[in-house]
Amino acid sequence: MYPKDLKYDREHEWVRLDGDVATIGISHFAQDQLGEVVYVDLPAAGDTLAAGDSFGEVESVKSVSELFCPVTGEIVEVNDALSDAPEVVNEDPYGEGWMIKVKLADTSEVDGLMDADGYEAFLAEDE
Amino acid sequence: MVDGTELQTPLHDEHVALGARMVDFAGWRMPVQYAGIIEEHTAVRTGVGIFDVSHMGEFRVFGVEAKAALQRIVTNDLDRIEELGSALYTVMCDEDGGVIDDLIVYHTGDLEYLIVVNASNRETDWDWITSHLPEGVETADESDRTALIAVQGPGALGVIAELTGPGWEPPQRFAIAEATLGGTPVLVARTGYTGEDGVEIVCHASHAVGIWRALLSFAEVVPCGLGARDTLRLEVGYPLYGSDMDRGVDPVSAGLGWVVPKAKTGYIGAKAIARIREAGPERKLVGLIVSEGVPRHEYPVLHGGSEVGKVTSGTFSPTLGHGIALAYVPVALAEPGTALEIGIRRKVVPAVVTRPPFVKETSLSATRS
Repeated sequence: MYPKDLKYDREHEWVRLDGDVATIGISHFAQDQLGEVVYVDLPAAGDTLAAGDSFGEVESVKSVSELFCPVTGEIVEVNDALSDAPEVVNEDPYGEGWMIKVKLADTSEVDGLMDADGYEAFLAEDE
Repeated sequence: MVDGTELQTPLHDEHVALGARMVDFAGWRMPVQYAGIIEEHTAVRTGVGIFDVSHMGEFRVFGVEAKAALQRIVTNDLDRIEELGSALYTVMCDEDGGVIDDLIVYHTGDLEYLIVVNASNRETDWDWITSHLPEGVETADESDRTALIAVQGPGALGVIAELTGPGWEPPQRFAIAEATLGGTPVLVARTGYTGEDGVEIVCHASHAVGIWRALLSFAEVVPCGLGARDTLRLEVGYPLYGSDMDRGVDPVSAGLGWVVPKAKTGYIGAKAIARIREAGPERKLVGLIVSEGVPRHEYPVLHGGSEVGKVTSGTFSPTLGHGIALAYVPVALAEPGTALEIGIRRKVVPAVVTRPPFVKETSLSATRS
């Protein structure tokens, strides 16, 4: 449910760091709470984001949820495939369901996020 | 509810055992979804889905004067259901023509009517109806001891026929009849809120679990929550009380002129509605189609950049694959084909006025042709 090699934030995004590029998506918990995703609205590559900035929205039949960027940097790639196949966010949230890739100014920013155990503990106390 | 506790239907524990996501709805703890809204929605459009709608209110009205008294309360004409077992969709209005609720009146006995009302209006409706009945007309609020299970979809009648056994004939569309389901006496009404063919089963609360389980013993039967109920009804343009109409709107503006026969007079609100008809309504409830994003309740409807109305109901249509909405707009902008916009949070997206139903071909439309 919560891969050990990822970091998580309190808004239920995950981050996978590869060199100085962070891939970002939403967690299993987030996609499960939303239900079947029908629409993903993402920004354009080249936009700059600060940690905590909204970078888009994900919508299910029943609700809409804002996406928050857990890190600071420039968007270098956007998962355009989600506009035609938003359901991938439910089916494969940590793989094909990724949303944006951000080139980090400071990779140590990721250290401040929760690891999988910390995130699961966070979910447990939230219930 | 007044004391803050949520009411439970007789099927509450069944929903929890099935892993439903439970939410508060009109003071009730209700399943919003089991497997997923789209999956459940599709089951009803293509197979069979069942819904627990036991939160709705059921009133009985009896007596020699029951018909005349109800004629004064509802807008539609009870002469249309002279035949025993027939049913009528209608609204009831206040003196200003404001809609108090929409309801179905079933003619269940010689001197007896069964009325099914929205859960959110149960107390208001009971007070309104009983306070407008003359002495001598008896009433009973059967809601607490009555369960209501909707069985909807192209395969619904087949499942009911299996449970009743050989020789059962389904009631006509918008009719109600006694039946025995797996040995249990029930009423089966050929009504629903999904746009599909199907029935609603009225039974004693103590029989609800047995009937629910008997229905689920069929592999093709899918339990469905309020989420799918909402997308299904919106695809066929059925208005929802509290979202698409309320006390502040008259039935003509709400697109329900067809349940307010012009020839009928003498019911509460008749004069106000006649005046509105005479002058023409200022705004109308229309359908809107968008190609991107999902319109939702309260989102602004725009024309040339200015707000001209608000979305009353909106969703993603699982059948059509795009957003659909109902909204009140000025009559001048209500013609099908009119180009409007909807403000979907940060974006303004094009929207085209259309005449509901959005989904036109269903197992129900097939029974009409």
